[in-house]
Amino acid sequence: MIPALEVRGLTTRFATRKGYVTAVNNVSFSVAPGRIMGLVGESGSGKSVTAFSIMGLIDAPGEISAGSVRIEGEDMRQMTPEAQRKMRGRRVSMVFQDPMMTLNPVLRVGDQMAMAVQVHDRVSKKAAWERARDALDIVGIPAPTERLQAYPHQLSGGMRQRVAIATALLHRPAVILADEPTTALDVSIQGQILAEVRRLADDTGTAIVWVTHDLAVVSSLADDICVMYAGCIVERGTADQVINHPCHPYTHGLIQSVPSLHEPGRKLPQIPGSTPQLSQLPSGCAFRNRCAHATDLCRTDPPDAARGERRVLCHHPLEEEA
Amino acid sequence: MFGFLAQRLFQAIIVVFAMSIIVFVGVYAIGNPIDVLIDPGATAEIRDNLIRQYGLDQPLWRQYLTFLGNVAQGDLGKSMVYNISVVDLVFSRLPATLELVLVSVVIATVIGIPAGLYAGYRPNGIAAKAIMALSVLGFSVPTFWIGMLLIMLFAVNLGWLPSGGRGEVGTIFGIPTSLATANGWSHVIMPAINLSLFKMGLLIRLSRAGMVEAMNTDYVKFARAQGLPDGQIVFRHILRNISIPIVTVFGLELGSTLAFAVVTESVFTWPGVGKLIIDSILQLDRPVMVSYLIMVVILFVQINLSVDIVYARLDPRVRLKGGK
Repeated sequence: MIPALEVRGLTTRFATRKGYVTAVNNVSFSVAPGRIMGLVGESGSGKSVTAFSIMGLIDAPGEISAGSVRIEGEDMRQMTPEAQRKMRGRRVSMVFQDPMMTLNPVLRVGDQMAMAVQVHDRVSKKAAWERARDALDIVGIPAPTERLQAYPHQLSGGMRQRVAIATALLHRPAVILADEPTTALDVSIQGQILAEVRRLADDTGTAIVWVTHDLAVVSSLADDICVMYAGCIVERGTADQVINHPCHPYTHGLIQSVPSLHEPGRKLPQIPGSTPQLSQLPSGCAFRNRCAHATDLCRTDPPDAARGERRVLCHHPLEEEA
Repeated sequence: MFGFLAQRLFQAIIVVFAMSIIVFVGVYAIGNPIDVLIDPGATAEIRDNLIRQYGLDQPLWRQYLTFLGNVAQGDLGKSMVYNISVVDLVFSRLPATLELVLVSVVIATVIGIPAGLYAGYRPNGIAAKAIMALSVLGFSVPTFWIGMLLIMLFAVNLGWLPSGGRGEVGTIFGIPTSLATANGWSHVIMPAINLSLFKMGLLIRLSRAGMVEAMNTDYVKFARAQGLPDGQIVFRHILRNISIPIVTVFGLELGSTLAFAVVTESVFTWPGVGKLIIDSILQLDRPVMVSYLIMVVILFVQINLSVDIVYARLDPRVRLKGGK
């Protein structure tokens, strides 16, 4: 089966005064239709830039310098800018972090959604509004006809995020990239939206890339997980493998620092130090300064390892505990 | 909406009252108009008669009350210099100013806003930098100097355009205006450009700033992620958002240009109200000064009201209501 999204060797860099900074470094993964992939990492690990690179929305001084992004087998990067634009919203779409900001405050919800319909399909305004209403219905918004008449400030945060998701769904895209879409919401609303997204992936066969820093969200939602650190995917596997049997010391550290997964009464373990600046990465392994297992080998050689479908970017992967 | 309008009307009345007192006292403090008006060789009797005729022998508060009483009857007084009703005087000059301001505002808008939008859309391009450099010139070089340069070039050296004055007056839809004749246009175009430069610079900077800010907002990124072409994003998403500050400044500028196009009108000897008020101040023509400034206040109140109504049309988050 052709994956809905296949990313190979994607590399995105930004020109700065001191030369290029590589924000996304040789990233590869693929997502099958109906699957949800969690792309996990700390702030600055390059997960959002990865999502924008897939969309082809990297502006100067940034550029995608290598790699391919295939949507159902078609390589976005081989297309003209105009053809890429026609892919966006139709075959691959995106939902953003802050629902307060992603909708235009001065336009009615229906007008914004109808615009998104009409940009790809030549339909009447009335038909476009009907499509918008149906999309709101799918994401579980009550009284969708009235909601279309509303302005964004008249809706709650969770409602707005549903509108954004409905907008992303309008053309039944093969792939939806969700860039921390529940981070700004209340936990109860977050749960509702996660359930809705899971149902959408199952019902419509849309592949979803869920970008987040929240391991708890991903462990309950995703089928597969990629962990990013300093622009690289350091560990990749099924959700069960990565959460229950992490191989990379960084993944292990991340999981240990989630409070809910931790025994009460004991001090919460932390990963020492902080995410390095991309312009000042250490030689060898980018994580070695914060890693308890680092050796001289880590200082000199960048790790490069793969075990079949599981990929662990480490010289000293933790043994898979039984 | 009705409450809002009623509240605004009430505020306007208070502002006009306060303004009339300030102007009255201020004008009183400038000097005695009789010294300017009459022949220095006139006898003391003529002088005293004239003072009594104009009521200048009365205390200030009584003069003010008399003035209020007359205003209440729709009489703003007579010009001491022209000896005709102030209302007639101002309205005889107003069309000239209106057409000059209209043309200059259209020039400033039609060139300024697209230029600013473009400069914000491609902020690092050469064209954007050229536009910004021009906008700096537009509002830092003095108006009168640019006006004189324009006259030098187009009237004196090239001889293409007349150096000043208003052209022949024709009628459009029954309204007498010099914009109806080619000769009128040849007269109005140079002062209008001169008057528009400052506003154009302002509009360029405002629309550029708005555009640069809007291009980085999430709703624009989201629109791009939906596959909307840039043209649609600019005209259907961004323009409406950034027009709010533009409308504010546009309104204020419109008011101040109508009221105080003094410099340009003087340089181009344009027979408008700006020139009238300057002449009145020089000649201490009190009724004209007082009435004119009060009319200006009313003008500004009206413009601000229109701006508020336009706001509410542009931004659904703004709701017009009376009270707090």
